[in-house]
Amino acid sequence: MTTTVPPQATSDLSEDVAPSKGRRARKAPASGRARAERKLGWMLCAPAVIVMLVVTAYPILYAFWLSLQRYDLRRPDDRAFVGFDNYGSVLSNSLFWQDLSNTLIITVISVLIELTLGFGLAFVMHRAIFGRGLIRSSSLVPYGIITVVAAFAWRFAFDPTTGFVNGLLGTEQSWFTEQWSAYLVIILTEVWKTTPFMALLLLAGFTLVPDDLVKAAKVDGATTLQRLTKIIIPLMKPAIMVALLFRTLDAFRIFDSVFVMTRGAQNTETLSILGYNTLITRLNMGLGSAVSILIFLLVILIAALFVKGFGTNLAQQRGEAP
Amino acid sequence: MRPTTTKDRVFWVAGAAIVIVYALVPVAWIISLSLKPPDKLTDGKFFPRNPTFDNYTKIFDDPQFPAALRNSIGIALIATLLAVTLAMFAAYAIVRLDFPGKKIVLTGALAIAMFPPVSIIGPLFNMWRSLHLFDTWFGLIIPYMTFTLPLAIWTLSAFFREIPWDLDKAARVDGATPFQAFRRIIAPLAAPGVFTSAILVFIFAWNDFLFATALTSTNRARTVPASIAFFTGSSQFDFPAGSIAAASVVVTIPIIIMVLIFQRRIVAGLTSGAVKG
Repeated sequence: MTTTVPPQATSDLSEDVAPSKGRRARKAPASGRARAERKLGWMLCAPAVIVMLVVTAYPILYAFWLSLQRYDLRRPDDRAFVGFDNYGSVLSNSLFWQDLSNTLIITVISVLIELTLGFGLAFVMHRAIFGRGLIRSSSLVPYGIITVVAAFAWRFAFDPTTGFVNGLLGTEQSWFTEQWSAYLVIILTEVWKTTPFMALLLLAGFTLVPDDLVKAAKVDGATTLQRLTKIIIPLMKPAIMVALLFRTLDAFRIFDSVFVMTRGAQNTETLSILGYNTLITRLNMGLGSAVSILIFLLVILIAALFVKGFGTNLAQQRGEAP
Repeated sequence: MRPTTTKDRVFWVAGAAIVIVYALVPVAWIISLSLKPPDKLTDGKFFPRNPTFDNYTKIFDDPQFPAALRNSIGIALIATLLAVTLAMFAAYAIVRLDFPGKKIVLTGALAIAMFPPVSIIGPLFNMWRSLHLFDTWFGLIIPYMTFTLPLAIWTLSAFFREIPWDLDKAARVDGATPFQAFRRIIAPLAAPGVFTSAILVFIFAWNDFLFATALTSTNRARTVPASIAFFTGSSQFDFPAGSIAAASVVVTIPIIIMVLIFQRRIVAGLTSGAVKG
């Protein structure tokens, strides 16, 4: 699934909050006009807010309620409230921990590769002397391609019967029958598809780095590496953090490419595949919902860790600024 | 800018070449696979020897793929229309009006953008079956609209902030009616932002696989990504690689053309807000 990233959340949010506080304070004795404006504001936001609440908040509460029951759609009569038993079953099952570690391995490796390649791609897009348009056009191609299609393209490329990769490398490898090689192809697909997106978010960060500052450092004798680590990366930190946060959460939900390539075989099952299989294939609403809620909590945990990281980073940056 | 040396030139040409090859090889590969005749699918060559359109005629002769294509186009277009309309109202209010709670709307939207869709497929599956939304267009339109609203609201807010709204007052002072002022002044200024968020929303809906597999079961509402994943050959051992490749090309080419035509808009949309710091 493609990430939906609200563009550069942090900068917009902080900019938006400050003035509205001031305005609100000024308008303390609400005039009729202000009241009408407030009402119109709420009315205009209401449809979007209601849709978002009804389709996410309500189902997640419903999932929590389902997770407290023994509830299998194939045995609808055997439905009972079991408290946190389902969580006990899931958490004591080694499959859950195996899938969690698979998901984390795929997430961490692909996000790190994407960050490195994305940084390089953003740098090429930012500084290219010629062919900038062509580079941008071609790097948008993976972004536009359906993930399922990308997964099939890579699967067919590596498949020993249809593929050209074995011929190219001179190997006889059957890529989807071993865990490490299946991982490799899954991560490659993930990296191929989402690096351009990462690069675009980082490109926005590059424009935050004043050219003069980099030039001044060069005149002062800073090496390329020093300019990168002491000036460019610190200034880009907010953009890097936003890109990392959204890509990490997106990679953590990985489903499409694993489903197409292995369906979780060779021990490549991820948490999303586990949730899907329990709910939709085995129709076990109770256990499946417990998995869903655990995924939800893990996503909150990851987001919280990043936001905490954000705060310290922003503070550090302010301290360093002249 | 410093003068370009030969070394620089080589470096940048190589960089550009790597990017282009990286991006286009899988696309070229799937196109070439789709053009291979069935008996040459396993020849392991990158380029087809005797290209044919057999795989394409085959998928369009079967009712499954045309139905999926119709579903995909209809569902993605309606979801886009709804999401962008609702987001337009919200973004206008957030940018133009003063009311408590606008920060909550923006933060809430941000939270939804991080929300894992797999966490609600179970409840939706259950609810949709009792509401008779399972395996219908609206059963997919509703989650697509929801999960794209955050993106649409943030993108539109960023674009709307750049609009000089006072022009509208100026036009009315000059004697334009409110409707004329809106149609002649505001609508043209807002259109690029609206269009950009529509493209991003459409790409999301077109790409989704999780909801499409979990909430549909037949050709009635199954979209292309789900349909391709469930293509079957004439026997268990006959994996329909040729059909899958052809179907992939059919759904990929229009999106690539759209992305290339509107690339400036897409880049601006994905990075809006950041440019001004």
